[in-house]
Formats: sequence, C-alpha cells, structure tokens
Amino acid sequence: MKVTLRIWRQKGPEDKGRMVEYQLDDISPDASFLEMLDVLNEQLIQKGEDPVAFDHDCREGICGMCSLVINGTPHGPERNTTTCQLHMRKFKDGEVITVEPWRAKAFPVVKDLVVDRSAFDRIIAAGGYITAPTGTAPDAHSVPVPKADADKAFEAAECIGCGACVAACPNGSASLFLGAKVTHLGLLPQGQPERWDRVVNMLEAHDAEGFGGCTNTGECTVACPKGIPLDVIGRLNHDYLKATAGGKKK
Amino acid sequence: MTDDGFYTTGAPIADTKAPSGPIEERWTKRRFEVKLVNPANKRKKTIIVVGTGLAGGSAGATLAEAGYHVIQFCFQDSPRRAHSIAAQGGINAAKNYRNDGDSVYRLFYDTVKGGDFRSRESNVHRLAEISTQIIDQCVAQGVPFAREYGGLLDNRSFGGTQVSRTFYARGQTGQQLLLGAYQAMMRQVDAGNIELYPRHEMLDLIVEDGRARGVVVRNLLNGEIKHFTGDAVVLATGGYGNVFFLSTNAMGSNVTATWRAHKHGAYFANPCFTQIHPTCIPYSGEHQSKLTLMSESLRNDGRVWVPKKAGDTRKPADIPEEERDYYLERMYPSFGNLVPRDIASRAAKKVCDEGRGVGPAGQGVYLDFADAIKRMGRKAVEAKYGNLFEMYERITGENPYETPMRIYPAVHYTMGGLWVDYDLQSNLPGLFVIGEANFSDHGANRLGASALMQGLADGYFILPVTIGDYVARTNDLPPVGEAAIDEAETRVREQIDRLLSIDGDRTVDSFHRELGHIMWEYCGMERTDEGLRKALQLIPALREEFWTRVKVTGTGEELNKELEKAGRVADFLELAELMCIDALHRTESCGGHFRAESQDEDGEAKRDDENFSYVAAWEWAGPGKPPVLHKEPLEFEYVKPTQRSYK
Amino acid sequence: MAVTGAILVLYLIAHMVGNLKIFFGAEDFNHYAHWLRTIGTPAVPRRTVLTLIEAVLAVSVVLHMWSAVSLARRASAARPVKYQAKRKSHAQGYAVHTMRYGGVIILLFVIWHLLDLTFLVVNPEGSAATPYERMVADFAPERWFITLWYVLAVVMVGLHLRHGIWSAFQTLGLRTARSDGALRGLATALAAVVTAGFLSVPLSITFGWVS
Repeated sequence: MKVTLRIWRQKGPEDKGRMVEYQLDDISPDASFLEMLDVLNEQLIQKGEDPVAFDHDCREGICGMCSLVINGTPHGPERNTTTCQLHMRKFKDGEVITVEPWRAKAFPVVKDLVVDRSAFDRIIAAGGYITAPTGTAPDAHSVPVPKADADKAFEAAECIGCGACVAACPNGSASLFLGAKVTHLGLLPQGQPERWDRVVNMLEAHDAEGFGGCTNTGECTVACPKGIPLDVIGRLNHDYLKATAGGKKK
Repeated sequence: MTDDGFYTTGAPIADTKAPSGPIEERWTKRRFEVKLVNPANKRKKTIIVVGTGLAGGSAGATLAEAGYHVIQFCFQDSPRRAHSIAAQGGINAAKNYRNDGDSVYRLFYDTVKGGDFRSRESNVHRLAEISTQIIDQCVAQGVPFAREYGGLLDNRSFGGTQVSRTFYARGQTGQQLLLGAYQAMMRQVDAGNIELYPRHEMLDLIVEDGRARGVVVRNLLNGEIKHFTGDAVVLATGGYGNVFFLSTNAMGSNVTATWRAHKHGAYFANPCFTQIHPTCIPYSGEHQSKLTLMSESLRNDGRVWVPKKAGDTRKPADIPEEERDYYLERMYPSFGNLVPRDIASRAAKKVCDEGRGVGPAGQGVYLDFADAIKRMGRKAVEAKYGNLFEMYERITGENPYETPMRIYPAVHYTMGGLWVDYDLQSNLPGLFVIGEANFSDHGANRLGASALMQGLADGYFILPVTIGDYVARTNDLPPVGEAAIDEAETRVREQIDRLLSIDGDRTVDSFHRELGHIMWEYCGMERTDEGLRKALQLIPALREEFWTRVKVTGTGEELNKELEKAGRVADFLELAELMCIDALHRTESCGGHFRAESQDEDGEAKRDDENFSYVAAWEWAGPGKPPVLHKEPLEFEYVKPTQRSYK
Repeated sequence: MAVTGAILVLYLIAHMVGNLKIFFGAEDFNHYAHWLRTIGTPAVPRRTVLTLIEAVLAVSVVLHMWSAVSLARRASAARPVKYQAKRKSHAQGYAVHTMRYGGVIILLFVIWHLLDLTFLVVNPEGSAATPYERMVADFAPERWFITLWYVLAVVMVGLHLRHGIWSAFQTLGLRTARSDGALRGLATALAAVVTAGFLSVPLSITFGWVS
C-alpha cells in the first residue's frame, strides 16, 4: 500500500522544527506502524539523509517507550493499543498520515519524535513506592489482601508510563499516570503507612514539573493503551483531599 | 576432540568459590564467611551498576539501601523500560503454599534436571532457597500478584512441572516485578543514594591492575563520552538473543556491555546455549523487526498441523482432514502437542524445511483450535485464551476463532553469558555479572518462570552480600589513574569515528538481518558440523564487509540511533563467531543446543556426559586469534544425570 | 471549582423553583419576590439574608472563574507547542467541550441578566413596575431576540451542568466505577430539569401562554 507521511522533524531541543512530507510506495499491510517507519528510515539512509528518530524498544506493547501522535490521536486510531502494536492494515491505501511527538512542556522534544519523559521518573521518586528495604519483608501470606482490592490494584498497576494520557489531555495533565500509582499502592494494606504523604508529595512533584490540572475531560483514559479507568483520578482526588483538608497527612 | 584451528584449550577453572559441605548449608556458610564492610565506610564505596532490569534494578536499590553510593545506567529513557518488563508467565518459588509436595529441594532438583545437567549444583540450590524470600520481598513492595478469594496468593503450574509453584500477575508478571524494583530504586534516587543516568550506554570497561574499576558511557542524547569509576562494576545488561536479529527481545537488547568486558578478559561461558520458544507469531515479511511470543499454554488445546503436500497454498479450510499432517501427534503419540519447547520447535523447523510451512513467508505451522471450539464451545475457548487471540488478531489481522493460528519458533532467552563464580564475580576481579547477562543457574535450558526468579535472587539477595566481601577485601584501592581512563575513552572514540567515517552503501539493519539469517540457519534450533563450519566462514566475511560498507548517517554529537545500532551490531558480529565455535566444539546435544549428529534413533537429543559435563568458558585472545577454552568441570553430587524421553 | 460549582448549582435550583412561581399568577410571583427581601425580618434588617446569599454567590462566581482561568492558563503553559493535526476528541461527548467558551457565554449572560432584572438598566420597565410586569415585558413576543439570547444561555448552563455536576463528584473524589452510571444519570437529569425549568418561563411569555 501507499501512504503519505507528514512527520515532525526537529534537529534538536533548540531547533524550531517543522513538518516534512514523505511518500512510501510499497508498504505491507502486515507491517506494524514502527516497521513502516523502519522502512522509511532505511530509504532515507540510502539517500544519505538523517533518519527519523523515534523511541521504541520492546515492540510488544509493554515497555511504554513508543509514543507518537498519529493523525491527532496518541498511539493512533486503534483503542487499547500502543503504536508498536498498531498495524498498517488499519490505514487506507493512499492515506495521508500526520505523525507528531507528544506535546507537553514537561515532555520537551529531544529530536524529531523523541521526547524526554524523565518527569514521570521524578514523580515516582517523590513517593510512588512502598518503603520495604530488602530482607525486611514478613512472609507473603502474613497479610491477606481481599481479591477485589488486589485485582483493582493490578488494574491500576498496569500503567506502562508511556505518557499518552498527557499527550491526549487538553490540559496537558498527568493525572491518570499519577492516579494509577496512587491507586495501585493505596489499595494495598502494605501501602497504607505512606498513603497520605505519597499522594501529596507526588501531586506536588506533578505540578512542579509543569503538567496541567485535571478538568475531567476523560480524554486520557480513552488514549491509554492499557485502558486505565478514570476511577484512579477520583481516588487520587479523594486521597489528596483527605490528606490535606482532612488533615491525614501529618 | 581436536582444536581444529577454531580455538585453543587453556587451563581448566579450578575454583568456583562454592563452599563445600552439605548443599543446603553452603549459602549460609558463604554468608557467614564473607568479610563485612563497616556501615560507616559503605557510603565511601562506589558501585557502578549497568542495567536496570530485574537484576540491575533490584541490585541498585538494595546496594543503595545498604548504604553504598551507587551509580546506575540504562540505555532506555527510563529504568522502568528494561526488557524484564515483557516477561509474561510468572515467577517460581518453593513456598509449598499448595501443600502439593513442593520444597526447596524439589525446585533445585527440577532446575538442575531441566537445565539438562549443565549447571552448577551449588548455585541452583541457592537459587531455590532464596526463591521464597523473593515473593515475600515483592509482596511487601506492593507487587499485585494474583490472589484467591480468601486473600491469599494464587499459584499455577507452569512449564510442565508437577507442582503449582508459579506466582503470577495475570500475563504481566515481569512488568509488575520490575515496577517493584524500579520504585525501590527511584526511592533511593530521591534519597540521593543512587546517581541515575538514563539514556546512557556503556561502551567500555575501565580496567586497572587487572581489576574492573569503572565504565565509559556515551550520553545518547548528545553523544558526550564520559567515564565513571568506583570500587566495583556490576553488569546487569541482559541476554544476547538479538544476535539472531529476529527474537522476542526488545529492539535495543544487546551484548555490547558484556562483550566489551569479555574483550578485557572476562570469560564468556556457554554462548551457544540459546532457548527457542515454539509458540511465537511467525515472520510475515522482510519488514519484520521482532517476533512476539504467545503463551505456551495455547498448546494445551490447539492442534499443530501442516499440509501433507509440500507447496500446498490452499486456504487451511480448503485442506481436507486426510491431507493434513498433525505431525506432533504422529511423531510423539504419548505427549502429542505438549512435547517440550525444544522438540516442538525443531519439529516445526523440520516440516517447514520440507516446504510444508504455511503463511506468507512459508515459515509457520498451524495451531488449530477448531476441535477445541467444537469440544469446549467458543465461549470456553474465549474465556481461556481470549486475550491471546485478541493479541494475535491485532498483529496478524486474522481471526483465530475462524482460521487456524500460525506459529513459529523464535529465540527467546540466552542461557549463556559471562562466566561467574559462586559470588557472581567474573574471572576479572571487581566485575560482577547478574541476571541473564551471566551464565549461571539455568545450564543448557531454562525452565519456565525461572528467569525472573534468577534475576531477582541475584539482585536482591546474592550480589549485595558477595560484593561486600570483595569491597571489604580491597579496601585500599587507589584512585583510578588517567592512563586507564584515557585508554578506554580513546578506544570508544576511535570506534565511533571509524563507524561514522566508513560512509558505505549498506544500512546497519541490513547487516544485522543478514547475520540473523546466518545464525538462525546454522546456529539455531538444529546445528550440524557442516552448517557451523559454513557459518564460521560467512560470519568473518560479513564482519569484514560491515567494516567497509556500513553506512551510518549523522554525527557522534547528537541523538543518533543508527550509530547506537552500528556499535551493537559490530559486537554481535564478533559474538556470533564465538557462539558458532562453542556450538561446533560441543558435539553433544543438550538442552537448547541440539547437534544433529548427537541424537538417538527417535530423534531425541543425546547428551555426552563423559566428554561434555563442563561449562565452556571462553577467553578472548585478541582480534583474529582463536579464543581459548577453559573448562569448568561439573559434578553432580545430588541430582544424578539421566536421559529424558517424551515418546 | 467543584465546591463553588456545587454552591452555584444549589442556587440555580432554588432560583429556578422561584421562577416557576410565575405560573401561579402575578400575585404569587410578586409576593415571592417580596419575601426574598424580607426573610428573617424582623429579627434581622430587611434584605440581610438576600445580601448574604448575594455575597456568597458573588464570591463563588469569582472563585469559580478564578479556578477556571488558572486551570486554562496552566493548560496553555503545559502545552506551549500545539498539535498540527486537528486533535480528535474521543471521550465523554459534547458537553465537556463547551465548558470554557460556555462559561464565558454564561458569564456575559449573568452580567446582562443582572443589568436586566436586578439593576433594571436594560429592562423595558422601570423600578415602578412589579417584578411580574418586568418579566412579562422582557420576554414579550416582539422582543423574541431577547428570548433567543436567554435560551442560548440557558442551554449553555444545561451543558455546563451536564459535565459540571458529574465532574464535581469526580474532583471531590466521590465518584467510583460503581456510582458512575448513577452520577451521570443525576447530572443529566438535573441539567435537563434546570434547563427546562428556566426555559419554561420566557418561552411561555414569548408564546403568550403567560401574560
């Protein structure tokens, strides 16, 4: 199949960047979106041009490294799917496809389609953990966890940290990412001692990174390749209010 | 056995530092014997950790908690993206929560046997002992393992074991365990105990006076070459399955860190031991960049077949029953579709080589659920395999409820790696190697749900103890001299300049792909003397071509993914040769290494314990020189070698 | 946002109920308007309670707007470079995308509404007329464009409530997966009732059912 690509090219963080158009004539519908970009890059290299830089690693939808806003939608048109798992058969022959990086102040563009997502690591470092130094743990069965809580915690813990929620949010907020971790750890008995500090410290780190505020538009959960539900933001808000207005955080 | 000109034989490895005495007391004994580092002194000790997967992440966090100053690197943009994250199945632990007769000894026994008697008993027993602590540790960190209605942890049986000892978090166990380690690590980053450098790739080791003292890294964002020195270096850089180009590894997984350490003198052990997984989604064309694994559980209900006639291009539905060959059921009537991974894989390759493969590239066999749907009903099949079917459909565009799935084997894990002693230290003092990057514990074949166990055992519990002994005994190391640093940095710069200056006419990927074809063809599931010799001609020629015709665009002072790939492929081109030499020298079949010459009349792998009951640890002898083989003899005091049979 | 919004929603409901008095005739309606000014008398001076309500409302409106403006500013700071492709929305439906411009329309309307029926600046009747007469004059058939403007604003209020009420529960952490359906139903029902209630009065006057 044939496609026309309009791709954001930006030499480096200081470069202004622009859209550049490329034609690809012989793409297999069985190729993944990233494999299609591989083909483009092979052609660019043969011509002596700089290939398009994009992030990717596992190519099986779990590492969270791939990104790309495709035709205005993070990770492209297929729901619950990362870009690496998106295949060209989802596009029409001859389609014009616009490819842009995640856009957020907290995710500055490094080159072309590659952005810096270290803000997410700093949010986790601010409190997204349970303090359990190695060797101190009691037997795994000493604290039973109700199955419903364990399942919900797992559902939130599925977050792959790709940043699609931020890319999709009209406010550039990372509330879904934040809520996912607060929910995962806050639902487990092991996560209780640090629960109130965690939510406040993580939220403060989130705001300090320059992410926007949540206005409950719900775009994040739709863009999320793991379908993390909006409930996690409700829980984030609940815990934050309880920690601050409710005086739980000491 | 002749040296054949491909390698020379050196002195055997005399001491693995494994304590003697009853096997269940060895680890306790070793822990008591280690020299301790004064807590006040730990802060002054710097440990460099390369890699942030299960092994590296857990080691970094634990060392920092213990008080060491840790400097840690990963090439991804975040430590959370290391490829451990993709592990699906689960993690074994001898908890015996099912009361089904499991024990540390049974896990030890299964692992030694599963490794086809090519692993070290002392190490494996220690792994089994520690397995239970890992689960405790992970639960305390908030890893959301699957639970039962009573609130206790659920278990399943995995990889053909008779007991239920596998803990899991749906199909994302690796992800959840890695996030636990990552979070523990980030806590230490926040506390200032870990200096973290994401998007930094280790390109060389700094060695002074025969000790590993630091690393040279390249900042992948701007190309800056930097060095870091410390008291010890830990490599947790994963396996080398990407030497095959197509594998289930992540695109960035590479051998560079361990290979460059190897070139400094660290032995590379059993490089030919690679594991091939039979149920992956097949290759669909030249564009293919990686292969995706699907759970082996599919073989519980699917039936594997190919057309009886070669070159049959009819749709599967148009091929009548009597023209289908259910070859696993035919060849192995008692185990049928459930034969072990390596047998299923080899059989698939065999029928495809006969021209009976299916799918666009002819590299696939059918895994048919029509009978299962008839027997159990579509609903039941959906409940059991729904998410796998969905994944299959997303990738192939075919509906497996209506048309049979196509599967093909793919490289999945590498048991080989840098040689380490009982303390996980390589023969190069100060260089520790953990996780898939080392060779220990799995022998010639890894059992399902054991990789996660080994990575975390190494990182959380073993290395933090044993590295302390080294650090305590080398208390008065002088600062690293300029000369050693300069030498390493210069070597890195020269290689980058050389890669950029060739300006040839072939892309890095085209070389990688060609190397992958050679390795898959001659050093894949079935290896022959003739094929390996052929590969040993093709690989050096390809390597030479690489260094004259590769085209790397851009500069070294920017984010340049082509340059990164070129450096990695350069190392794969050298490793590939060593793998073939190792495979050629080991004329027996064992575990993941099948030599066509060594099989019984039923096509079963035939081990040669008399001649090959050893670890092959290879020493780099210099460019263009044959490597030197050092044998570490294996003794089996507890689990006596037996030959398996699946007829 | 959620707290001030909640106050305003409660007020709107009360306001709407009051408006509906018009269907009971001029006397009832005027009496209601008078009562508003004399709640609590003689214990407190005339208009005390009303002034208090007005003050709370004024503060709520200001804080609500301030939150909205600061969220909008944060949003624009959080994404300094916009997407080139038209961003496709996939979530929630129409109401959520009207919040910002709808809010501005509602603000303009409130200003006009105060000038019209509180300060009587733009009302055809003067202070001599009764509240009932002012209403009827305002939405007289020949002034259909005023009614239209009013309808537009009330529809905007309805949309604002449709998302705002549900959103307030989410912001206050009171929404769960289980209560989601009920909350969305509540938001839709309240929005519909308030919209219908507010529209019934001017439309009835314009179409001559109330005169």
